Amino acid sequence: MEYVRYIEKTHEYYRSLGYEKTYHYARNVDIPFTPLKKPLSESRVTLVSTASFVLMDEQGYPLEEPKMIGTNELEVFTAPSDWPADRILSTSEDHDRYQTDMTDVNAFFPTTRMQEFLKEGTFGSLSESYYRTLPNYSQRKTTETDAPEILRQCREDHVDVALLTPV
Amino acid sequence: MCHQTVSLVARVLEAGGISTVTYTNARDIAASAGNPRQIFLNYPLGNPAGRPHDAHNQREVLRAGLKLLEEADRPGIIIDLPYVWSESKEWMEKFMTDEQPFTSDEAESKRQELLQKAREQKGRQSRSRRGL
Repeated sequence: MEYVRYIEKTHEYYRSLGYEKTYHYARNVDIPFTPLKKPLSESRVTLVSTASFVLMDEQGYPLEEPKMIGTNELEVFTAPSDWPADRILSTSEDHDRYQTDMTDVNAFFPTTRMQEFLKEGTFGSLSESYYRTLPNYSQRKTTETDAPEILRQCREDHVDVALLTPV
Repeated sequence: MCHQTVSLVARVLEAGGISTVTYTNARDIAASAGNPRQIFLNYPLGNPAGRPHDAHNQREVLRAGLKLLEEADRPGIIIDLPYVWSESKEWMEKFMTDEQPFTSDEAESKRQELLQKAREQKGRQSRSRRGL
């Protein structure tokens, strides 16, 4: 199968811009694993994404500022799981903008599809909130600060299963 | 970077007792980071959950992940979905080249515009709270 090797591509790109040092992508051999504990139709499911977007009110005004990468504070945000897709506005800069324009929220934050799966009985329930974090160059920041906070909130919300979408 | 961040989050969730599946457009980054369960969709970055404006395709993509959740008996399984973005492979070749650089002034100015709109909105809300 032919696909883009992003690690190689990124290294080439930054070398061509004159950077000598290349970024070290995470390499992990041991992988943690939790088998599904009960059928999905009895499971509580959440969505976790790095997609940048703002929630809008009914008039189309943004209800929050776009999140900025690069602070050292906690970067965990939520969105109500019943928030309508047409009141979500993408602020992404991390997509291939020559190919896709992020006008369909469900292609990267499939909230309408999740609601459909709930109604059809594929999922037992949806979590109260969905979780958002920012892409971070610091693997330590993600692993030691943001991810544990997402886990903590998921546990509070009795989440069994998480679907994740990177943007 | 997003694929790495999300994969690291997935690992922490799995270690904490939550089953995960990650829908990806960048197979190599998620695999290198040790993603627990990966559904790879060979579409341009920004479409991990299926083709825009194609609910049928989105549902197929998501369902593949649910199947993997049900069937996976070990960590690190990657499912390569058969869907093709376009007949031409040009998008794969041109990504991150001089012709199609990754960042742009245009994207940044659009973001600044949104920021300004959000600030104005906040200002309006606090003014109305103060009864102005």
